[in-house]
Amino acid sequence: MRTQGGPFGRTLLYVALVGFAILFLMPAYMTVVTALKEPADIQLDTAWNPPPSLNWESFSEALSNLGPNAVNSLILAISATVLSALMGSINGYVLSKWKFPGHEIVFTLMLFGMFIPYQIILIPLFQTLRTLHLFGGIPGLVLAHVVYGLPITTLIFRNFYTQIPTSLTESAQIDGAGFFRVYRGIIFPLSAPGFVVVFIWQFTQIWNEFLWGVTLAKHSSQPITVGLAQLAGGQAVKWNLPMAGSILAAIPVLLIYILLGRFFIRGLLAGSVKG
Amino acid sequence: MRRDRLIAIAVLLPSIVLIAVFVYGFIGQTFYVSLTDWGEEAALAENPEYRVVGFKNYVDLFTGFLHTRFRQGLFNAFFYTMLLVGGAIGLGLLLAILLDRQPRGEGVFRTIFLYPMSLSFIVTGTIWRWLLTPGGGVNALPRYIGLPQARFGWMSSRQQILQIDWQNLPAVTAILIAVVLALLAVQAWRSGRKRRTVAVAIPAAILVAWALIGSRYLPRFLPYPELHGFNLATLGITIAAIWQFAGYTMALYVAGLRGIPEQLHEVAQLDGVNELQYYTKIAIPILKPITFSAIIILAHISLKMFALIFAMAGSDNAATGHPAVLMYLTTFRGNKFALGAAIAVVLFVLVAVFIVPYLINSYRERRAM
Repeated sequence: MRTQGGPFGRTLLYVALVGFAILFLMPAYMTVVTALKEPADIQLDTAWNPPPSLNWESFSEALSNLGPNAVNSLILAISATVLSALMGSINGYVLSKWKFPGHEIVFTLMLFGMFIPYQIILIPLFQTLRTLHLFGGIPGLVLAHVVYGLPITTLIFRNFYTQIPTSLTESAQIDGAGFFRVYRGIIFPLSAPGFVVVFIWQFTQIWNEFLWGVTLAKHSSQPITVGLAQLAGGQAVKWNLPMAGSILAAIPVLLIYILLGRFFIRGLLAGSVKG
Repeated sequence: MRRDRLIAIAVLLPSIVLIAVFVYGFIGQTFYVSLTDWGEEAALAENPEYRVVGFKNYVDLFTGFLHTRFRQGLFNAFFYTMLLVGGAIGLGLLLAILLDRQPRGEGVFRTIFLYPMSLSFIVTGTIWRWLLTPGGGVNALPRYIGLPQARFGWMSSRQQILQIDWQNLPAVTAILIAVVLALLAVQAWRSGRKRRTVAVAIPAAILVAWALIGSRYLPRFLPYPELHGFNLATLGITIAAIWQFAGYTMALYVAGLRGIPEQLHEVAQLDGVNELQYYTKIAIPILKPITFSAIIILAHISLKMFALIFAMAGSDNAATGHPAVLMYLTTFRGNKFALGAAIAVVLFVLVAVFIVPYLINSYRERRAM
């Protein structure tokens, strides 16, 4: 055990922690309070006060505005997450258990793809989707999210599979198991934690994405972030609506984060490459 | 075995091809587009006819009188980056050290500090736009402790400090790099590495000499002085970004502090090192690689920051502008694809300056393992 620095140090520690916790929660407090107010009760000078009467209307109104966008985001996030996770898993398997000359260079060149500012590929992506007749719809967005998701999913699975002892796969190979049988028999059954990390990471990333949503999707296919930006845009907004919309857009990722925070943090740490 | 090796490569091939085309091919294509005029008036046609115009778009961006916004955007991107990196690392490290003191309810505090990280920039931006409304929100808080209401126009302020003339930017940049090199030289001198000291000090001296004398002979970029600086309107966006990312650096540092063997702490205590010294003299130097990673990740995030600015200030607000936002405006609102491509290339080069050495470094480390 560490020495505790005396009762004074301990008190100071808790004062600091609680102070910071309040600072971090203030935006959330303001959001909830504003979302629950009647539009008439939202005044600048009483903005921090709790609502005089609860008004849940804003949520149903925000939901009717953002509902279609939420469905789009759900379809987009689930299909792109599953596809990029499957490809990342098989890539990670190859790059950790079937190393070929130059595999580190190939891996590094892949990783570069997750750090580029997406503005640099936006114009050709726009042109390509138009040529493939995928511009404006959800399939085009899925394609983009799968391709540019490959670096991070491959990275997470490669690091995950590196921890599986090679002796395990080698002995299976000696018993005559081929590339796919080793994957199905040994690697895939051990992959559950890797898939959880990748699913969570990709789902939150795709759910939260905005740039492609606003440039590559037609109105009917726009994801929830674009819907929220439109709901909140404009000067004369009643703030209860954007705040309720923000809560709706945040709920899926917040739930994932609170329930599966451990895996979320693992994805977060994987993103800083050192594996 | 042989057959399996071929299968392995064949399985990886689709991903390699996709990355080759969608990352490297597209970067090349954007660079090519930036050298053209994208068919001028026919820009909206399905297949506009390009004319190659060389570096004209770049020359326009850096020296054309129409493109003040791009140049101020570069300044904004610089200040967004410096403040986000400094703020998120400072606050994140502080929070990590507090949590490292093993308080009760550690998990709850960690969850509270990290939750903004799970939110979309659009959610964060919408919430903070309301918090930073000039007449209420954060500006109203002083009233609760009996002070007058604050009057700062968070996103609308037109105040600019630390101004310099665009013409002097090369000289100022040279001086800044020289200062960094000089600090490195002092560090090398202290640790007794003479050759390294000389190797760093000489370029620093050359840069200073060039800034003081050589830069006077640069051609005039613009016929008039054009002042750029730190727009105070960017502060609110930076605060929101720090709120979002401090938890991220905290998580990095918490993992790092956990990794330091407990014995080291105990031995230090036996040697009479107090708690503060343990962190400043022992833990933080050990965590240097984490700090390095955090700088790279945060710098590249703030260099491509688009959605947060879009949600907080709108894409048209010149004072809070950023090349990442201007690229969107120019390309998709203004239909000037070639110019947009040139902005994207500038942005890409800025990010690559951070990322490429980082990736090469981690490549070498993996090779050495």
